[in-house]
This record gives sequence, C-alpha cells and structure tokens, in this order.
Amino acid sequence: MSKNEPQITPDLVASHGLKPDEYERILKLIGRVPSFTELGIFSAMWNEHCSYKSSRIHLRGLPTKAPWVIQGPGENAGVIDIGDGLAVVFKMESHNHPSFIEPYQGATTGVGGILRDVFTMGARPIACLNALSFGAPSHPKTRHLVSGVVAGIGGYGNSFGVPTVGGQVRFHTRYDGNILVNAMAVGLAESDKIFYAAASGVNMPIVYLGSKTGRDGIHGATMASAEFDDSSEEKRPTVQVGDPFAEKLLLEACLEIMRKDCVIAIQDMGAAGLTCSAVEMGAKGDLGVDLDLDKVPTRELGMSAYEMMLSESQERMLMVLKPEKEQEAEAIFRKWGLDFAVVGYTTPTKRFVVKHGGDVMADLPIKELGDEAPVYNRPFIDTPKLPVIHARDIEAPLPNVDALEKIIASPDMCSRRWVWEQYDHVILGNTVQRPGGDAAVVRVLDGPKGLALTADVTPRYCEADPFEGGKQAVAEAWRNITAVGGRPLALTDNLNFGNPERPEIMGQFVGCLRGISEACKVLDFPVVSGNVSLYNETNGRGILPTPTIGGVGLLDDFTKSATLAFKRAGEAILLIGETQGWLGQSIWLREVCGREEGAPPPVDLAAERRNGEVVRGMIHAGTATAVHDLSDGGLLVALAEMAIAGNIGATLDAPPPSIVPHAWWFGEDQGRYVITVAEDQVETILTKTTAVGVPCVRIGATGGDALAVAGEHPVAVATLKRTFEHWFPAYMRGETA
Amino acid sequence: MKSAVLVFPGINREQDMARALTLASGREPAMVWHADTALPADTDLVVVPGGFSYGDYLRCGAIAARAPIMDAVRTHAAQGGLVLGVCNGFQILCEAGLLPGVLMRNSRLKFICKDVHLRVERSDSPFTRGYNAGQVIRVPVAHGEGNYEADDETVKRLEGEGRVLYRYCSPEGELGEDSNINGATNSIAGIVSEKGNVLGMMPHPENHVEDIMGCTDGRGLFAGLAEHLKSAA
Repeated sequence: MSKNEPQITPDLVASHGLKPDEYERILKLIGRVPSFTELGIFSAMWNEHCSYKSSRIHLRGLPTKAPWVIQGPGENAGVIDIGDGLAVVFKMESHNHPSFIEPYQGATTGVGGILRDVFTMGARPIACLNALSFGAPSHPKTRHLVSGVVAGIGGYGNSFGVPTVGGQVRFHTRYDGNILVNAMAVGLAESDKIFYAAASGVNMPIVYLGSKTGRDGIHGATMASAEFDDSSEEKRPTVQVGDPFAEKLLLEACLEIMRKDCVIAIQDMGAAGLTCSAVEMGAKGDLGVDLDLDKVPTRELGMSAYEMMLSESQERMLMVLKPEKEQEAEAIFRKWGLDFAVVGYTTPTKRFVVKHGGDVMADLPIKELGDEAPVYNRPFIDTPKLPVIHARDIEAPLPNVDALEKIIASPDMCSRRWVWEQYDHVILGNTVQRPGGDAAVVRVLDGPKGLALTADVTPRYCEADPFEGGKQAVAEAWRNITAVGGRPLALTDNLNFGNPERPEIMGQFVGCLRGISEACKVLDFPVVSGNVSLYNETNGRGILPTPTIGGVGLLDDFTKSATLAFKRAGEAILLIGETQGWLGQSIWLREVCGREEGAPPPVDLAAERRNGEVVRGMIHAGTATAVHDLSDGGLLVALAEMAIAGNIGATLDAPPPSIVPHAWWFGEDQGRYVITVAEDQVETILTKTTAVGVPCVRIGATGGDALAVAGEHPVAVATLKRTFEHWFPAYMRGETA
Repeated sequence: MKSAVLVFPGINREQDMARALTLASGREPAMVWHADTALPADTDLVVVPGGFSYGDYLRCGAIAARAPIMDAVRTHAAQGGLVLGVCNGFQILCEAGLLPGVLMRNSRLKFICKDVHLRVERSDSPFTRGYNAGQVIRVPVAHGEGNYEADDETVKRLEGEGRVLYRYCSPEGELGEDSNINGATNSIAGIVSEKGNVLGMMPHPENHVEDIMGCTDGRGLFAGLAEHLKSAA
C-alpha cells in the first residue's frame, strides 16, 4: 500500500463516522489494519445512507410483490408492467442535508440523482415530482431555503427537459434546522429492455462514462448519515454541483448505446460514487473488480485514490460493455461530447482491487463490503397514544366561513402556484393534468394510456400516531390517484426520520413502517423502490416523521380522468365516505384554535378501498363530472378548492343535526371524496352506493359566484381565489412573515 | 411542408416540435444534428426548437449560434427560406444575427412556466395566416430569459415596419404590466426579420396543438405555415 497515506488512528476512524465496534468488525473481516483508502471505502459502504443498517430489518416486512411488479426494491429504481410491452420505472430519493447547506445545488443534485437512477435502468424520464418540507415561515432561513430549493429543482428539471408535474410543500417549525427535499422521477421503458447493475462474465471491460471526477461531494453520504449542529455550514464543500446539460447528454448517450445493445450492466455513480457503483456491479454479479484509477478522467490534478473513490461528482456512470461493442459505444459517447474510459475489468476473484500510480491502494472482499455491513436492531419504544378529541368539547372561535378564509390563507394550505410556475410542467406535451390537482396525469406515448402520479404524506398524523400516520400516507396517495380516475399500481417510499439511535425515533420509524405495510397489503399497492433518510435532526431535535409516499397509477384511457374543478352550474354535490367530524390533528384545530393536539383520524382501509372503487367507477362511466379527495382542511376546504378551480360557486346545505357544524365542515375523517354529478343521476347513485355499503349524501349544488353555506354569509369565489393565491408570493416578496 | 428541426446538445423540446409539425402537415420533419453542415435538400422550413443548448452556460443561444449547421441556416434564410425559432430557438436566432435584439433575464428574475395570452398583430405573414389580426390566443411559456430588448432605433424600426407579430396581452387583448410576464419591451413576444421570413418567439405554440393540453390555440401557427407552403409550391 502507498506510503503517502495517513496513519490510521482512532480519531481518523471516528471522523469517518465509523463506531469503534464497527472498526473492530473491519479488522476481523480483513485480518489487518486497513489502508486510508480502504477506510474511506468502508465508511462509504457502511454509513447509514448506503447500508441501511438501522432500517434494513424493518424494511423486510414491506409488501413488494404483485403480478405487475417487474422489479422491486434493491435496484436503482422499481419497475412495473403497464401492458402493451411497456414498463414504468420510478423512485423517490431525499437530498435533505445538502439542500439545507446549499439549497440550489442540493436540490439540483437531488433531482439529477433520481433522474439517473431511472435512466440507468433503460427508461426515458417522463415526469418528476417532489415533496418539500421547510421550517416555519418566520424562521430567518426559511425564505432563502424555499427560494433556493425551488429554483434548484426547476433549474435542473427544466434544463434536462422533463416536466415537473406535482408534489407537496409544507412548513413546520420542526424542519427549521433540517429541511426535506424528496425528489421523484418516473420513466418509461420497454418491459423486456430493462437494464440492471449485476455484471456478468470475467475479464469484461468496465467503462467510465459521463463527466470528469472532481473533489466535490467527498463524504457526502457520510454527512447525510450524521446529525446537524451549528457548525454544519462548514460542510458546504461536501455538497456536489449539478450540471443538467451533462446529464441530458448522458441520458441521450446511454439510451442510444442501450438501443444498440452494447450494455451488459450499468450503474450510476450516486452516493459514494465510484466505490458504491463498482462494488455493487461486482457483488451483484458474483465477480471481483479491478480498477485502475490512472484511467479515471479527472477534473483536477493530483487527486489521490482516496479522493477519487469517495468523490460524488455528478453525471457519471459505470458500465460493463459487450467487448465486441466497445468501439461502437465509444463513438456514441464521443458524439455526445462525453468522457469514455475503460477503467477496469471484472475478475473471478470476488475481490475489489483498486490500483493507483502502480500501487495497490485497496484490496478487499467485494461481497462482504456490502453483505457484512453492520445491521442493527436498534431499541425502540412505541409512541404513546394520544387522547381522542371530541368535537363537542371544542367551541368554534370563528364562523365557519371565516375559518375557511383563515385556513386557505395559511402557509400550509394556500396555493402553491408560486412554486410550480417555476417548474416547466408542460414540456414533452403529455401533461394532461397539471400541478394543483389531486394527482398529475401524464399521457403515455401517444396514448390512450395515462399515468396518475402523486407524492404525499401527513407528517403531523405520523408524529401523533406513527401506525395510523403510516397507513394514512399510503391511503392518501392511493386516494389521490383514484380521484383522477387512476388505478393505483405501486409506490416508492422516502422515509425521513430523526436519529435512529434514540428509541423514541426508532419507535416512530417502526410504527410508520407497520402502518405502511398494512395499507399496502389491504390496498394491493406494493412498494417497489425507496430510500431511507435518518439523522434528520439539528441540535438534538428531530423532524416530524415524514415517510413520503410516491404513488403511480394507471389510466387505460387518459381522456377518462377527472379534475377537481366544478364544471357547470346546477349540478348536485355528493359527499362519499363516512363523516364523524374528526378534529384531532386537524388543520382547523391548528390554524383556527392554535392547537396541535389529539389522536389523528384512523384509516379504515377496507372502507377506503370500497369508497375509492365506487368513485373510480363513476369517473370511468362519466357520471362524476368533478372529483376531489378530502384531506387537509376537510370538506369545506375541498369545496372551496373546487369552486376556485372552476370559478363557479355552490350552495351548501346545513350539516346533519347529529354533528357539530365545524366538525362537519373541517373534520379530517379519511376515505372521503366530493364529487359532482348531473341532478338526474343523484337518485340512481344513492341507490347504487347504498347497495354496496358506501356512504353517500347530497350536500348541495353548484352555481352562482359565491360559496353559500346554509346559515352563514356567502363568500364570493373571487374573494376565495384572491385569499388562496395571496400568501405565497407575498411571503416570498418579504411582505409577510 | 418539408421541415427540418435542428438538434443542438441540450435542446429538449425537439420532440414536442416534431409532433406539432407532423400533426399540421402529415409529414415528419427531418432531425438535423448541429455538427452537420447542410440541410436536407428542398427543406422549406427550418425550425430551431426550445431547450438549453449547451446548457445555456455562456449566454443563451450564444454557442449554438456558432454551430456548424448555422451557416446553412443563414444561407437558407438569405434565400428567403422560412425559419422559425421558439424559446431557445429565438435566443439562438438573435445570437446568430438573423434577428435583431436580445433576450434578457425575466424582469422578476424567475423561470416562468404558465399559459399566457398573445395578441396576433397581423395575419398577412406565413407565421400568422392561420389567425385573424387582433385575435387573442393562449399558449404556454417556459423560460427564464425571455425579456426582449433592443436599442431604441431597432425597436422603432420593428414597430414601424410591422415586424412584431405576437405580443403578451390580457385575455381581452389589452397590453399592460400584468400581462407582460417577462418585462419585454412593448410586450414583444415574437418578431420577424426584415424580409419577414424568419420568426423568433418565446412562447410554445407547439405545446398547445392537441386537445389533451386543454387548448389547441397553437395549431393556427403550424396550419398557417403548412398552407402557405402548399400554396407557394
């Protein structure tokens, strides 16, 4: 080994994020003291981000199979069959820590990384979504972070040329020191032309493609596996820099050489760069890998083996090519102006050997690097149950219509137009439903099929009751897809939590996963890919547990999708699903009463499925003219959104006497939808829904230019719209806290 | 209509454009690589599509304007051939000297993607004959640098010679600060060259040609071009 490397000391080991017992494990595994480069490789492979050491045993319980699942978790992205020889490839991934330190670049590289995961498998990206959680609007950094992250997501996706069609943005003080940036990409491939990471064949050339390697992002994955404190700003150099132009070229070049049948295996260089990708290709293929770092294209002079192995420079790929196609592949890459270098070969030794300047810098057992990573069954304590809040015990401090205005003016509930107008959401010309609805709808090729896409979670429910919150996140994604007429097929989960070494955080994680599993099973909605982000804490305070669910559904005919806008005056408004008036953890309780309390609404998964299937049937039959699922803010907020979108008012009947009015209008009972239908359809629908045990009541009619709630003063739709659109741009201009 | 769509590295709306051209003319355009030096024989419409050519890392369109294929485009334009540049294409045509002026950063400094209204200023151009003069159409924009500027003399000439074909306006066709989404001089969204055969515009008519997008106002531009070329032939 090279003499120029530093001595291994306990401090050096600790600074690599390796615990003393983990270091012991390394000594035992290789029977000697590792070289500096080897220590770096271990730290890259064994950190939480890459090894899933705290989460792995719990992830095993997730339902991942269905007849339409081609590839579940464990590859770059999940793959599902949508018929006609086509497959959808998708995944969501977090880029939380980097985005807090350097919001623009953190967000761009988050988008770049997830796009690469998708096209590495042979799919052309057709849509992106994202879920963003920021701190309280009044926190001094929030405005800067929102501005940077949104610009970064747009900056990458717009230039790369993929429409960003949907997502979520929330604000809560628990994200003050640790924002969440979860990016999802969805791609389309031919179902018999999916590419994987496993190398095959001995002495096959391993080819490096894409941008050159620099010193950026060294230890990025290790940073993402540690808590933050006040000195985290100093980690700015570990944030990578994104180059969407290079990625666009890489996409076109990769898809071209895949079409020309040149590729045996392919793996993108994401977290822990060259190390992770090379080990993965070898280990999955039961082969060894010899790398010659002198061949790696570098951006700067004098890079050490350690730096090259840990660099997280973006827009790079590793491939095993068919030897007879090497020249053809090289010509394609040269045409696109990209670097192409044979940097190693597969070997039969099952060892990972790294050479640099004539020295062997690392020689490690390749399978064990991944398989022997520590696995922890960390202690956890279940989150204590919170009391159920009864609506009758809470007085409404405001008339319901005033409460509505207050809610839709609030940071969490107002329009997100300021955000999504910075994302190109129409490029490729397939966006059937743009941002602002329950789910985006994107046409597949020239149709008639379409995809319904969503990203959703309700963190305050997860915090109050991880099990119900986990269930709700999946149910909500399923409901969003259903509300546009889609058949939910599969999901990707992005599990953002605090420090797993604290039993109460681990309890949240375990609880949410149990809830997710349960909902996936009942709703037949398997998990096909995902990402775990732990240690989302600053100075010992964790974020709200945020297991973001990215859902994909299929429409056999995209023209038979529903939107939430009221379509015409004089139609009946129906409420589907049971309403008890659940106010615990509701937006109304928080925004109007200033209380974040109580048990969240429980999710009856059987009812969820029953109600959803009825609604979807009515969309396909063309009876439902507008559909909106009920979630944050409950019934009245949903009705206001439908009125605003359609620029049509409504007259709403008084609540049934069995329920207090504010609980009727703002309760967040699950499994519900508002639909509109022609008046002459109402009777038939009520008969049909009664027959299948789905609660359905007529609650009013569309028409006029105001929302008129029985017994309260009417409020003009134009006023609602102004209120709804006001907060975000005003806040970003610095006019409001 | 024999059209050729130029493909520079980083261009990303070439397929949207190809679809619109095919729908309008029944004929797929030729896709022409930036490093080529000649256009396909008998090309009668060159289209420079939108995207981020060369990443737009220098000045938008500056590198593409110097690509090998651009000499052929200049010759085509000099001979009176039609050239349409959309978004990045407009920026490239300005940088290439085929159109006057420059596209600056949007006045609100942000990328904007939304539907906008355009007033068609005249209908006697190959690029507007599918519309009526004064008609208001709705098409999306998606750009960060679409704020058209030129020196006073140039603007005066453009206006005097009737070379502004499209302007940002309200749904009712009124001009104003609110509808002028990027701060362009005189709400300019699209202009033609002196001979009227080269159009550059920031909005994306190619994204509003099918019912699925909820609006088909962009069709008129392509249908008009197809008609013009048919009657010229």
